[in-house]
Amino acid sequence: MADDTLAAPAPAPAPASARSRGLEVARKNDRSARLFILGLAILMVVLVCVSLMLGRYPIEPVDAFKMLINKIIPLEQTWGAQAEVLFFNVRFPRILMALMVGACLAAAGAAFQGTFQNPLASPDILGASQGAALGAAIAILAGASAHVISATAFVFSMSTIVLVFLISSRAKGNRIMVTVLAGVMVSSLFSSGVSFTKLVADPTDQLPAITYWLMGSLTSVRLHDVAIAALPMALGCATLLLMRWRINVLTMGDDEAATMGVNARLIRVIVTLAATLITATSVAVTGMIGWVGLVIPHLCRMAIGCDYRKLMPASMLMGASFLLVVDNVSRLATTSEIPIGILTAFIGAPFFLYLIMRNKKL
Amino acid sequence: MSIDVQNLSFAYGKHQVLYDISFQIPDGCLVNVLGPNGVGKSTLFKCILGLNAGYKGRIQVNGKDLKGLSIKQRAREIAYIPQSHAPVYDYNVLDVVMMSTGNDLHLFAEPKAEHVERAYAALERVGVAHLADRTYTHISGGEQQLVLVARALAQNARTIIMDEPTSALDYGNTVRVLSCVRQLAREGLSIVQSTHQPDQAFLYSDRTLVISAGRLLAYDEPKAVITKEMVSHLYGVDVEVNSLYDDRIRVCVPTSEID
Repeated sequence: MADDTLAAPAPAPAPASARSRGLEVARKNDRSARLFILGLAILMVVLVCVSLMLGRYPIEPVDAFKMLINKIIPLEQTWGAQAEVLFFNVRFPRILMALMVGACLAAAGAAFQGTFQNPLASPDILGASQGAALGAAIAILAGASAHVISATAFVFSMSTIVLVFLISSRAKGNRIMVTVLAGVMVSSLFSSGVSFTKLVADPTDQLPAITYWLMGSLTSVRLHDVAIAALPMALGCATLLLMRWRINVLTMGDDEAATMGVNARLIRVIVTLAATLITATSVAVTGMIGWVGLVIPHLCRMAIGCDYRKLMPASMLMGASFLLVVDNVSRLATTSEIPIGILTAFIGAPFFLYLIMRNKKL
Repeated sequence: MSIDVQNLSFAYGKHQVLYDISFQIPDGCLVNVLGPNGVGKSTLFKCILGLNAGYKGRIQVNGKDLKGLSIKQRAREIAYIPQSHAPVYDYNVLDVVMMSTGNDLHLFAEPKAEHVERAYAALERVGVAHLADRTYTHISGGEQQLVLVARALAQNARTIIMDEPTSALDYGNTVRVLSCVRQLAREGLSIVQSTHQPDQAFLYSDRTLVISAGRLLAYDEPKAVITKEMVSHLYGVDVEVNSLYDDRIRVCVPTSEID
């Protein structure tokens, strides 16, 4: 690599005035985006605080925070033992998981929309969700425990992507088109598989279990679920954050990216694997939650533009807040829980129609 | 030597596109590539840019064999200016230009202040710095093409390939873009561009390279290459080549319109 520095020719160095002006333009672009991201972060914290207090079992706001602090610094106990059990076993993990899943789905959606140069791509464009659904359905048929169901869903989800990559690497034609087509096909194949499992499932217990799983829910999330999911989610999100500037370059197309020194294929594989990892983990834990990955990145794009250096963190924060709010509605709106997957679709589909009718570029 | 191509042949599968092409382009030279559609101009460019890996023969860029360079190293030697096109997403002009500045960054790094400066300086050099904070998809086709020129400059490569840079532009923008390119070649960059207009080759090239049916037909000064016979052979149109201003400039006029 020693000759690398020699290879660069010496263009006229930018005059001092040009330097500062360029930075000024860049900074001006950054400022509003930074404010937006900061606002999203504050909003998220506020929402978490509010959500900790919300619930059918009343926990005093002060007690909620005392319980959290008590884990680090022992405080005088002013709350009941039942409240503490409920708080740490049910409410707290559920809120954490809503944040994590929302951030992951939005980040994965943003990543796929960039790498496949397609504004309509969503986290399940390559069949990650349908793969997970088939895995989960088979596990439910086999009478597996909740953990085995999640693990099977995860393995199936990741395998689906590997399968899609294998198919597309053997197909001829536009790489991106072929990959998306393979994803759509495998997805619909697996969705037929899910239908078949429903057909043969025991209608008294297995069928409702499959149906309920497909609708997505955060009801049964416990603290150890959060702990298990945290690692792959953190790994995937960190990768996407590290790659986010390069996703910009990918949107110009593979050949152009290559002439600018960016190995488009390598980046696409890395980004796709990272996005799939967090999608698969999310789906395995919570079932199918649609629309977050499609809608949230678009909202962020409208607010701060397409630069993934800002879009990726903004999408994560907004996705987290969005899913937390929807999950609050899901657990509080009616006496029996509304599956969160239904709610996100209720919000997502009309919003999508609005996007189409806005008569502007997406 | 900016580009040195020796015995280059290339085939897409069984479909042979380029046959045994050899030529050399010195530093600071502006070369115009002429030839009807589908004769292999774009394929030749892709080979030189390293996008068609399976070629036969040898290609050297700035004295380095293409096959020995990584994608990043290649990007430091040679840049590409595509036809202005509409990307899917609305990026700022400055962000578009900055995309080419990453060839000295490792896999996880992001552009820093120096890259911003490099991008802005490139915009100034092309004369479109006032567009820096505009949205790329909202500026005119000619401005977009100049921004893409700036993007290639920001890459800090000494050799630039342009594929029909003006085919979608109106007359004024065509002249502006080509003058800009002419000036950059005078400043020491080697630029290879393809065109459909023989007149453009007269005005905006030091040498003209003609490709026909995948073979190199001619490579010399424009006045020596672009003759009645050559144009008629290439495009199947009879023309009269006239000289203006004491033969400083020549133009082609279709003879069918003269009588």
